[in-house]
Amino acid sequence: MGGMMADKGMTPIVKTITGWVKGFIMLFGIYIVLYGHLTPGGGFAGGVIIAMVFVLLTLAYGKEEALRRFRIGVASELDSVGALMFLVIAILGIAGTFGGKFFTNYIAKANPGTPFALFSAGTIPLCNIAIALKVSSSLFLVFILLVLMRVIHDPQEKG
Amino acid sequence: MLEFIGLLLLFMVIAAIVAIETRDLLAAVISVTAVGFGVIIGFFYMRAPDVAIVPIVVEVLILIILIRATLRVGLKTFIGNRDFFGMMVTMAMLAVIFLAGIRVFNDFPTFGVPVMARIADAPSRLYLANGLKETGAANIVTAVLLDYRAYDTLGEATVLFTAIVGAIAVIRKKARKKPAEPEVGEWEE
Repeated sequence: MGGMMADKGMTPIVKTITGWVKGFIMLFGIYIVLYGHLTPGGGFAGGVIIAMVFVLLTLAYGKEEALRRFRIGVASELDSVGALMFLVIAILGIAGTFGGKFFTNYIAKANPGTPFALFSAGTIPLCNIAIALKVSSSLFLVFILLVLMRVIHDPQEKG
Repeated sequence: MLEFIGLLLLFMVIAAIVAIETRDLLAAVISVTAVGFGVIIGFFYMRAPDVAIVPIVVEVLILIILIRATLRVGLKTFIGNRDFFGMMVTMAMLAVIFLAGIRVFNDFPTFGVPVMARIADAPSRLYLANGLKETGAANIVTAVLLDYRAYDTLGEATVLFTAIVGAIAVIRKKARKKPAEPEVGEWEE
């Protein structure tokens, strides 16, 4: 992959190192998100780490390589999906039979899992995943918009 | 208490209507800021000064930026000894902040003693005592963020979402309603 865009981005050293570590950074971000209810971290922190993978790709290989892996349309849709997922989880708390309040942790009240297990804490891991989707795609969008600065049209926005 | 909040709400509603209906840009800007400061007074009244600090900064910044943007011409400037006036205002503000700071530091708890150690029914005590039992989350920070105060987190996520929508709307090349121009269906790189 390093020889694909030899004239773009940084030196071959940076490209090679980036190629080695990008998977591990992604894995670390996913771990931070999924274990957010057990260990320090959570949706925001993990989402930032995942977004930084693509920022690193942009810096090392140039914006074309990053955009080939994470297109702007996909990022914008993931952003909306994360926000909607968070809201749906919150509104399901009203609809549920437990408490019937906004953001009721209905799963934890229905079957409280063992503490310190991965599948515990009810809606909290789901909220973490939703926030991670939102934050990672949002931060990548901010970065790539500032890089591009010449955005024309979202196809869905055409009246 | 309730009457005060009602009056505040009435004031904010009137200011919002003025902001929408008036033809004068400067009056609209000032009315919007009045709504914002109403929210800030509400925060103070509900004993949440930590929440109120950020809106104060943002409101003042936005007021200055918007007034600068609306008043392109005819901006009045001070005539006379500007440096002396600015120096006097700075000294007066520093004295006020210093005097208020002395009061605040007298009321601070001792260093190293958290507020929840002094107040019996502090919410943080309840969080620490019942957090694992009530939410099932071992990480108490996540339990507070996504269970006890999930509404706050929803607000933060909304702020981020709105910022992205605004950035995408501002940083684009062509206006939305221009039927004469050829449409470009792809993001240009």
